[in-house]
Amino acid sequence: MSDKGYLLKEDDLLPLSIGAALLGTGGGGNPYVGMLRARELIRQGAQVRVLPLDALPDDAWIGECGGIGAPVVGVEKIEEGRECYRAIRAVEDVSGVRLSALISAEIGGSNALEPVIAAAYAGLPVIDGDGMGRAFPEVQMTTFFIYGAKAAPAAIADDKGNVVVFKEVIDMFWLETFARGVSVNMGAAAGLAIAPMRMDFVRRTAVPGTVTQALQIGQTVLDARKKRQNVVERVVAATGGKLFFTGKVTDVRRDLVGGFSRGHAHLSGVGDWAGSEARIAIQNENLVLWVDGVPVIMVPDLIVNLELDTGEPITTEILRYGQRIAVIGLPVHDLMKTPQALDIVGPAAFGYPELTFIPLTSSAA
Amino acid sequence: MIRIGIDVGGTNTDAVIMDGTTVIAGVKAGTTADVMTGVVNALQKVLAASGLDASAVDVVMIGTTHFTNAVVQRRDLAQTAAVRLGLPATASLPPMVDWPEDLKQTIGNHGYLAHGGNEFDGRIISPLDEAELLGIAADIKAKGINSIAITSVFSPVSSDFEKQAGEIFAKALPGAHITLSSEIGRIGLLERENAAIMNACLRDLSAHVIEAFRKAITETGIKGRFYLTQNDGTLMDAAFAEKFPVLTFASGPTNSMRGAAFLSGVADAIVVDIGGTTSDVGSLHKGFPRQATVAVEVGGVRTNFRMPDVFSIGLGGGSHVVETDKGITVGPTSVGYRIVTEALIFGGTTLTTSDVIVAAGRAELGDRSKVAHLTADFIARTQDKITSMLEDCVERSRLSPDPLPVIVVGGGSILVDGPIGGLEVIKPNHFAVANAVGAAIAQVSGEVDRVYSLAEIGRDEALNDAKQRATDAAVAAGALRETVAIVDVEDVPLAYLPGNATRVRVKAVGELHVG
Repeated sequence: MSDKGYLLKEDDLLPLSIGAALLGTGGGGNPYVGMLRARELIRQGAQVRVLPLDALPDDAWIGECGGIGAPVVGVEKIEEGRECYRAIRAVEDVSGVRLSALISAEIGGSNALEPVIAAAYAGLPVIDGDGMGRAFPEVQMTTFFIYGAKAAPAAIADDKGNVVVFKEVIDMFWLETFARGVSVNMGAAAGLAIAPMRMDFVRRTAVPGTVTQALQIGQTVLDARKKRQNVVERVVAATGGKLFFTGKVTDVRRDLVGGFSRGHAHLSGVGDWAGSEARIAIQNENLVLWVDGVPVIMVPDLIVNLELDTGEPITTEILRYGQRIAVIGLPVHDLMKTPQALDIVGPAAFGYPELTFIPLTSSAA
Repeated sequence: MIRIGIDVGGTNTDAVIMDGTTVIAGVKAGTTADVMTGVVNALQKVLAASGLDASAVDVVMIGTTHFTNAVVQRRDLAQTAAVRLGLPATASLPPMVDWPEDLKQTIGNHGYLAHGGNEFDGRIISPLDEAELLGIAADIKAKGINSIAITSVFSPVSSDFEKQAGEIFAKALPGAHITLSSEIGRIGLLERENAAIMNACLRDLSAHVIEAFRKAITETGIKGRFYLTQNDGTLMDAAFAEKFPVLTFASGPTNSMRGAAFLSGVADAIVVDIGGTTSDVGSLHKGFPRQATVAVEVGGVRTNFRMPDVFSIGLGGGSHVVETDKGITVGPTSVGYRIVTEALIFGGTTLTTSDVIVAAGRAELGDRSKVAHLTADFIARTQDKITSMLEDCVERSRLSPDPLPVIVVGGGSILVDGPIGGLEVIKPNHFAVANAVGAAIAQVSGEVDRVYSLAEIGRDEALNDAKQRATDAAVAAGALRETVAIVDVEDVPLAYLPGNATRVRVKAVGELHVG
């Protein structure tokens, strides 16, 4: 076993969950429950090591897992605990390989913690990276799929002990369709594991360093709060992002289209943006920000809403009239900006074909 | 309409008597360990000061921090069994998993996981197992526990399992206080369960305290009805409050902020409420406290109540003042309600902030000769320390650089003299009893929480229907129809349900109708 990387400590879990919520860009589910679950396991003696992408040999097998369901269910029907663990074991059985480590499909939101929890049960390390560098609503929206990962065999497990294996699916779109359907039948809270990937492939395609990035963002938020500094400014400085708007929510309007919440939040500017108006398109995540009618940030770049005074991340489901928020833009990783990637996660893929993706540039660069 | 507002704080019991919107008299009395004596004293004092007869009083509104303080101070809490229905789901996190260890131990850490619970769409996770629940009941009985909180997964969608389990426990444990989570909270299992457990552990205390209020009012000769204020500043009747003491949480800050707005006539401001032990600072927007948007902790326990966003520091009129090698420290320890015997100016032996203010010649209180020994330098440094503590928390509550005024209320207001951090300070008339005024002007609310299928009716039609129902509910709870206004609208679509299902929550409030 490698001694590279670092062991996750109990004290790392709160900042990791805060950073994950922020990278969730309004979606991805609340990581609070996952943070508590990981904490219980680490308190009981579980050890989970975070490995850098260069730690394991090319032929090591890596498992991808995460929760699949609805965020509102995640805060109410808390997991039995071993959903993802049962799913990765099923994938190992069907594929005939033993996994050397787990990796998160999405670092944003509750799925940052799911591989940590499954790894704690399995006695495996986790890889410092993920398949999105943020949160997205669907299974196929990962760098792994975009760059050719196989979808099968995959497995989905519920709280009751049911495990459904997808032995063959022709691509990730079909897996998304089938897994979504099964997860709803499982009560919209289930663990999903996808076909094992070789380490050389993961090294090439994962968004690198995102577990550590989330941890550090969370530490920045906690440190700023402790020192009573402006959290929004500290986050902008620490992430290389840019503040795009500060304003008060004047209306939030939502509808359901195809099982996903779609809507718009309207903001009236305050501070430097007094007199301006902004609009944010929201699905499960924040998709597009317009300021005075001009689109200024769009998927796959990250649109992060923080409560103006506390710096608390505001998820799309708690967005409400009267909140005062800061809207920060963070550039997504280059792997998410190639033409192949934009086909899957660009503005058109989210229903905005009229928008041409204009990437944010890092203010740190 | 003649109404009396009472605020029972940790240190003082304040009372005001109002005729319509006019404050006739306001008084303070000390809070007593038995609660009742303090309330009787305050009622008698305020009636005497107003010159009115007890029979003229139409209604009494009581705000109390008694239950919040009991949880914060971990006292008078009953051993409580927390029964959760949902296995095999939820096994990863037992009840009270994120509670502070001392509070968990105070109420015994009696968590039970049992089968039951619903899926988001009402399907059953697993059937209720009566034998399992009877086994738990036997264990509860053997441990001599009399308070039970029952929480079932998705009980806000279907409360049947909680009700059935409640009946099973009521039969097996006659006389037990049973709290069902669906009667208290919304979706969010841990937070709703936390609220239910806290409510259950307060039931013994609430029976005692509500009875004390009832006796105090009867003893004073008042025939009018009495109400308690809840965390959103609206009223609940006494019988309801006895069953749901947890709903009084944070009513203190809400009342003082609403009272501050009423007394000063200023609707947008920062409010500093200085009591005997702590100062609460919050911001007022259009006459209502700004609500916290994130989970609010009470005594270290996470809840999902909608509460005012208030920041507290350990600075009050009874705070200890101590010279250390690092300079002067003020608070967080305080003599609290014992100020009238323990502060130097009252012949005691503990140096408090009030002593220093009297020594500075800024207030007439007690015997000034008892603090004549304090040096001018010490007095000046203590005042500087107090000022910097206040500036710090006002700055935290400020949401914009706009120069909002600071309204200072509460019995400890003598600590403030002049602007705070460059902001204008308003001390309204009756500032010392602002929280009692806030209780007296409390309104009546009606709430609906329904799921509409937007495939059948449009969003506007759904919202209008919900608003109408909320208005009717407020009127049914005692509000004057022509005063009812909609104060809160929330509509959230429910993912994965057919027909574009949307959950609509509307709250209406109006003036209490007394006739």
